[in-house]
Amino acid sequence: MKITVAEALLKALEFEGVEVMFGHPGGAILPAYDPLYDSPIRHILARHEQGAGHMAEGYAQATGRVGVAIATSGPGATNLVTSLANAYMDSVPIVAITGQVPTYAIGNDAFQEAHTWGITMPATKHNYLVTDAAEIPDVIHEAFHLAGTGRPGPVLVDLPKDILNTAIEWREPTGRIDLPGYRPNTKGHPLQIRAAIDLILQAERPVLYAGGGVIAAGAHAELLELAEAANLPVTTTLMARGAFPDNHPLCLGMPGMHGLYAAITAMQKSDLLIAVGARFDDRVTGDPAAFAPDAKVIHIDIDPSEIGKIRTPDVPIVGDARTVLAQLNDKLARSLDGLEAPEHAAWLETIHGWQRDKAVSYEQNAAGPIKPQFVVEELYRITGGDAIVVAGVGQHQMWASQLWTYTKPRTWINSGGLGTMGYAIPAAIGAKVGMPDQLVYAIDGDGCFQMTMQELTTASTEGVPIKIAVLNNNNLGMVRQWQRLFYNERFSATELTDHTPDYVKLAEAMGCVGLRAEHPSEVGPVIEKSLTINDRPVVAEFKVDPDEMVFPMVPAGGSNDNVALSVEDLR
Amino acid sequence: MTLHVLSVLVEDKPGVLARVASMFARRGFNIHSLAVGPSAEPGNSVMTVVVNAAEIEQVVKQLRKLINTIKITELDPAESVEREVMLVRVSADATKRGELLDAAAVFKAKAVDVGAASVTFEMTGTPAKVNDFLELVRPYGLIDVVKSGWIALARDSKTRNLRAIS
Repeated sequence: MKITVAEALLKALEFEGVEVMFGHPGGAILPAYDPLYDSPIRHILARHEQGAGHMAEGYAQATGRVGVAIATSGPGATNLVTSLANAYMDSVPIVAITGQVPTYAIGNDAFQEAHTWGITMPATKHNYLVTDAAEIPDVIHEAFHLAGTGRPGPVLVDLPKDILNTAIEWREPTGRIDLPGYRPNTKGHPLQIRAAIDLILQAERPVLYAGGGVIAAGAHAELLELAEAANLPVTTTLMARGAFPDNHPLCLGMPGMHGLYAAITAMQKSDLLIAVGARFDDRVTGDPAAFAPDAKVIHIDIDPSEIGKIRTPDVPIVGDARTVLAQLNDKLARSLDGLEAPEHAAWLETIHGWQRDKAVSYEQNAAGPIKPQFVVEELYRITGGDAIVVAGVGQHQMWASQLWTYTKPRTWINSGGLGTMGYAIPAAIGAKVGMPDQLVYAIDGDGCFQMTMQELTTASTEGVPIKIAVLNNNNLGMVRQWQRLFYNERFSATELTDHTPDYVKLAEAMGCVGLRAEHPSEVGPVIEKSLTINDRPVVAEFKVDPDEMVFPMVPAGGSNDNVALSVEDLR
Repeated sequence: MTLHVLSVLVEDKPGVLARVASMFARRGFNIHSLAVGPSAEPGNSVMTVVVNAAEIEQVVKQLRKLINTIKITELDPAESVEREVMLVRVSADATKRGELLDAAAVFKAKAVDVGAASVTFEMTGTPAKVNDFLELVRPYGLIDVVKSGWIALARDSKTRNLRAIS
């Protein structure tokens, strides 16, 4: 029986196990929306394609499955680009389906034509422009394979309208992957495993440097096993929060520009860094030439191009984090042969000293104003930490990372590498759609909130009861912080004005419940109230102190030897 | 900076050249020359990419990361055959023609077109030799020059394979 490519697309998506996709229709993709009407696949109608893309990302980050976004040609596709670039930076597996003008019109500057394939090439792991209708089942299968295996990432499939309307003979994807150039190496080389264990057993001041690859690979249990077996303190990067329990005695917390003093300094003074699924990002290393000068490096990554890109390792290991960590655990046990691993007692004691003396601190005055950190801590206390936390980008993101005790992977979702403001609301919607039984609480800033707040309508009309804490300081807080510290307090274009918008009215106008706290005593009750409402999304606005700054801080490009704990340290 | 010659086996799919060029642009790598044609196996192409870089490792890894790249070999000039084709049109009236043809004979360049005011030569040789010939005829007045870019092939069983990284 012949069916159209559009119908075949839906069948192919079902074949991949897709339950939901996030999108926005339009002219060129219309043929695909027709069979969607009868399809068991749920469609979430975003209010902007960027939102659809971030929803697919949030879904993928919360569930570990491939997220799907769908949009039309031209502006539909270009609006998706930010989410693709974000997914590429943070290795989030998504498949984006876009409509394209008919093949005979391509190149003629047709209505809503954009060179989607060319525009998205450097923002995707791979992309396709389908010109042979018969290929569609295999292309979709390949796209999911590429997105979800190896180093995960976004894959885009561009479908011209005439191709979507072409009748083809349906056949299930063969399952055969014809990608001769794509064979990710998953198992570490045995000689390198042995060399790594030798270094680990010799090290006096080791640090396990866990990145987002640990979560992507589902390697948290293996990471814990290695850390405990070899007494290795562990730092979890912004992308790896939750990969190692924050309440574990070996946990250092987040490193980097706004990381914890103990994490930054332990890396800096270490004699061995064991990087797992981490990429020596500039926000972690500061000035790379001054980073961890005495450390030997074991670098484990599934992407060979990450190894040696910033720091030349002593022991490079290409492989899947989970597989390689399991190999290391196995080899370590055999090397120790019943003996105890080095305790690193002096090293751990030094670290614990830093943790005691250089902890993150703030003061909440009972008279107000509300400190943003206090809101995060109250949220943690009242929810018991049993939530998926989703953040945008800026001060609120750093506090949400620093002050929450993450104990499980996939409970912290944010935009790390690209730093995409406005990520929180749509990503929270995606996370809640994927994990409907979990509390999903976005912690957002007012600047970020205003970038994607139209998606509140998506949340209310699609029945996705997320909760959003808006830390409203009436400012683009992180930019303002830099202006205060490095631009002589010349606050150019960072003030967002006091009452515009009125977040409570705005929330209500968009089908959500709006709550507000203006005084420290109102913070707890507002959070408690927000937890009682589960039939609609909730926006809880907290009017917070605009002068609060994020510390610790290593100024951009500076050496990690100079961690500022307060503004005095920078003067 | 050093010139590195990479022989890159890629799938013969639409846009592969654009992917390679885009990756070089995005990563700030420098292409000295690039030539592409079908490979021995049907369905694949071979690109000879000459890269001007201090360190070649990242270039190779990023090229390898492209989904359509199958294999990359760095060719050592001492252990490979490198060639370039050049067509050069030189200003020459009847009085200069003899001199030029003599010089061309030494370089084994062929006169492929002779006009009243110019001679066009085809020269095939190592990139260095081709350049030498170009410099030799330059004083006569260059009207047009086109080059194919380098193509190269490893000498029998002397290939250094850079694929294995771990």
